[in-house]
Amino acid sequence: MTEAHVAVDPHASAVGMWRRYVFSTDHKMIGRQYMLLSLLMAVLGGATAYVMRWQLAWPQSSVPFTGWLPESLAYQGVIDPAFYNQLVTMHGTIMIFFVAMPMLLGGLGNCLVPLMIGAPDMAFPRLNMLSFWTFFAASMLLLSSFLVPAGAASAGWTMYAPLSARPIYTGVYWGINLWLIAVALEFVAFLLGGINLVVTTINLRASGLTFMRLPLMVWMELTSAVLFLLSVGPLIAGVLLLLLDRLAGTSFFVPNDGDPLLWQHLFWFFGHPEVYVLLLPGVGAVLEILPVFARKPVFGYRAIVWSTAATGVLSFMVWAHHMFISGIDPRLATPFSITTILISVPLAIVLFAMIATLWRGSIRFATPMLWALGFIATFLVGGLTGIFVGAAALDVYFHGTYFVVAHFHYALFPSVFFGGFAAIYFWYPKMFGRMLSERLGQLHFALTFVAFNAVFLPMFVLGLGGHMRRIYDPTVYEFLRPLMPLHVAATVATIVLLFSQLPFVINVIGSRRFGRPAGPNPWRAATLEWTTPSPPPHGNFASAPTVYRGPYEYSVPGAGEDVLPQNQPPRLRAATPSAV
Amino acid sequence: MNGLNAIAGETSGVPSGKLGIWWFLASETMTFGGLLGVFVLTRYAAGGWHDASEHLHVWMAACNTLILLTSSFTMARAHAAALRHERRATLHNLLATIGLGLLFLGIKALEYASELRAGFTPHSGPFWGFYYGLTGLHAAHVLGGLIALAVLAVATARGQSWDLVERRVESTGLYWHFVDVVWIFLFPLVYLS
Amino acid sequence: MRDWFPHNISAVGGAIDGLFGLIAAITLAWFVVTLGVLVWFMFRYRRRDTEAAQYVRGDTRAELAWLLLPAALVLALDVVIDTSSDGIWRRMKLEMPPADLQLAVTGKQFAWTISYPGTDGVLGTADDFSLDAELHVPAGRNVRVVLRSSDVLHSFFLPNARLKQDAVPGRAIDLWFNVTEPGRYDLACAELCGFGHTTMKGSLIVHTPDEFAAWMASHAGSAAAAAASQAAPPAKIG
Repeated sequence: MTEAHVAVDPHASAVGMWRRYVFSTDHKMIGRQYMLLSLLMAVLGGATAYVMRWQLAWPQSSVPFTGWLPESLAYQGVIDPAFYNQLVTMHGTIMIFFVAMPMLLGGLGNCLVPLMIGAPDMAFPRLNMLSFWTFFAASMLLLSSFLVPAGAASAGWTMYAPLSARPIYTGVYWGINLWLIAVALEFVAFLLGGINLVVTTINLRASGLTFMRLPLMVWMELTSAVLFLLSVGPLIAGVLLLLLDRLAGTSFFVPNDGDPLLWQHLFWFFGHPEVYVLLLPGVGAVLEILPVFARKPVFGYRAIVWSTAATGVLSFMVWAHHMFISGIDPRLATPFSITTILISVPLAIVLFAMIATLWRGSIRFATPMLWALGFIATFLVGGLTGIFVGAAALDVYFHGTYFVVAHFHYALFPSVFFGGFAAIYFWYPKMFGRMLSERLGQLHFALTFVAFNAVFLPMFVLGLGGHMRRIYDPTVYEFLRPLMPLHVAATVATIVLLFSQLPFVINVIGSRRFGRPAGPNPWRAATLEWTTPSPPPHGNFASAPTVYRGPYEYSVPGAGEDVLPQNQPPRLRAATPSAV
Repeated sequence: MNGLNAIAGETSGVPSGKLGIWWFLASETMTFGGLLGVFVLTRYAAGGWHDASEHLHVWMAACNTLILLTSSFTMARAHAAALRHERRATLHNLLATIGLGLLFLGIKALEYASELRAGFTPHSGPFWGFYYGLTGLHAAHVLGGLIALAVLAVATARGQSWDLVERRVESTGLYWHFVDVVWIFLFPLVYLS
Repeated sequence: MRDWFPHNISAVGGAIDGLFGLIAAITLAWFVVTLGVLVWFMFRYRRRDTEAAQYVRGDTRAELAWLLLPAALVLALDVVIDTSSDGIWRRMKLEMPPADLQLAVTGKQFAWTISYPGTDGVLGTADDFSLDAELHVPAGRNVRVVLRSSDVLHSFFLPNARLKQDAVPGRAIDLWFNVTEPGRYDLACAELCGFGHTTMKGSLIVHTPDEFAAWMASHAGSAAAAAASQAAPPAKIG
């Protein structure tokens, strides 16, 4: 095994501001760049949600703070229906492609994977920098689509054809073209980043760090990267074809030569694995946090690894459950229903393993642990409600209603935000050398937890009532009018949810100056990142670490301490249980 | 931060650059495979599009197939020369590959020009949409490969260390062979069916 | 929870509501048990100085059983759900009964156009007529619809019949329903189709069979009659 090249750069202090903060090739700086950009985009994603929700609760009223919008979008604050569709589209697009992906893969993946495997950096640092700036360019392109004539894309984040294939159907010309190019560029950025993650994990592991000793966060990032790499191809092809339909007059997705369903197949073949790409890093963060704050190993490490792999494989076989009533041959519902019920099993195993990790533990309720526990409780709802829409006959009723919206927000929000915040609160001390305020963290969690449920729980009821998605004024329909109080409740909760993020912002900014110095291992955790200074220097480790055991050796009998770090050599009279 | 272009580390036994290229090619396989698969399915559902495909210049494309195969051969020779640390031979074979690649693109451009003059644009029909899309995407990949080869040729000529040259020639060669393989599927499916 | 659904007027709709009930019972049970265990563990195993954490890896057979047996139960219950769903799906989509009434519905930006066969009961003849946004049917009869779109994707949604089917341009998709209670109900579009998506609403008007026959007769015939019927107020129920 080649010893990893340790590069503690003697010239680090002489590097200028541009090289250090902007065009850095250090994975930790790049990770922070992704993280910061994703959080800024999250503000925009939240803003789109605010406007939509206000319109839904009080249709045709003037939405506060929208006075600066041009009249074509919002005449005296009253949202135009076409603009509403743009908000719907951009909300989903921003949250999935420009918040979740950069936060979870670009941010957490970059910051953590090299540190957790004992490597000085990612395998391809310059490629890493290129990936971020490609992503940055994609983000700017997407944002610019708000400013072009006729505005941003408005056919939903799913961009179904033929609505998206001919400009005349939406009235949007440049907006959708820019959307397609921005998303394609984002795909390229994460393709390159994904290759970096995979090669780094395979090739740069420290001596003694076998695959079955990897922290589960690394397993999850690896699986996410692999899923993305293998699923994105067909949609890149689809984006190219859709661009040709829009710009070159072809008819890939428009009758009579083309088939609108073809777009859906290409989209969801990627789209379904993508939801697991978004889920797994959050799961990984939770699996890192639970053992630390319960002071015992993760329950069923191997079962979790195999379940994750099974989920990944199955995720390529379920895509048409998004298309049950799309016009596909009805006989296809049976095989896709079977694969869909199968995929619930490995995920259930992971969830059970999380809970079992708490059994006979000694639980400390620090802020990261609160988020991790909150994830389990809320993702449980997301997973269970998937069963309703996975049953084809019931999906006939629920497809295209708020039931689906509630289901996927209960799956995605826990993954991205509960998992993401868990990770941020857990690893912030490592990345910035300061502790975050526990009080503010608890407040942030409590407010977010309550507000999140208050926003999306009513939406299940809306779905039961048959409330269609992407409707800009429910009062047009008699049968929806009795449901309006639910909209009001969800909107009020949305505003609370948005304000609930303030403690987090204050915490992060304030702790940079006022936070207690963290030291290398404030949580007394076992994995390799906690053996370096906080923040780690360029090159991460003074000398390449050697790993002797698994990542969760807490409360090992006879060990003296309640944690055995991965790189601590075994005592000579080895009564300590060595790792797998 | 000072220009490390790759961190050394080979826990798997396979060099990182090679591993990276393989994963990249896996993703590219899904892209081209997806597009080709859609083309094949659509074509045969629609009855073959024989009328449209008769207007293609099969002989030009056949020449291009030979050109691309030869360029893979010169690429392999470049790799062999790099392993033998023969700088001249490596460089010449890289340049030959580039030349052949440029020839491929030139002939492709002539094909396009002829077809466009005859009035066959991407929206002339479903076959033409796929034709331009598939061959255009492939040509873009050829161009990308040529740029990578050019950068590599310059580095080789400038006396870069053999360690780096060997690995880069191998990785770029893998990519170039992939581009060739895609064409080997594309040619019969588009031109000969 | 059943009250939160729109009033069901279709036989198949009853089966769908039943399936909902089955899934709701199963998932609610899982939710209560799983959340209950989680909260219990949070309380029972909170840090106390009197009790240390136990080194449990969960890799022995006995320990793994705690994961695999519940997972097997998840699978078993999923199979039960799926089997029930499959049967209902077949009824809805695969085993279509012969039509007592054949209609054609076409979605467009932004209205539903329903074509009626007139008194001869056959579509495509001289006594056909079309109405926008009004779907008149007789109660207790098998109504078959051939669904089309003239521009983008739409989705034909009858909440009270628990019926939904995407309308795809370039395709003609068959569907059927049988609704049992006279009355006026909603027809909506459930697939984003542009800036007018919200306004693409209509009404399902269920007549008794006799009333329906009379209504059809009064609307069928020449183009003039068709134009007149489009200007006339909707038929009264009673």
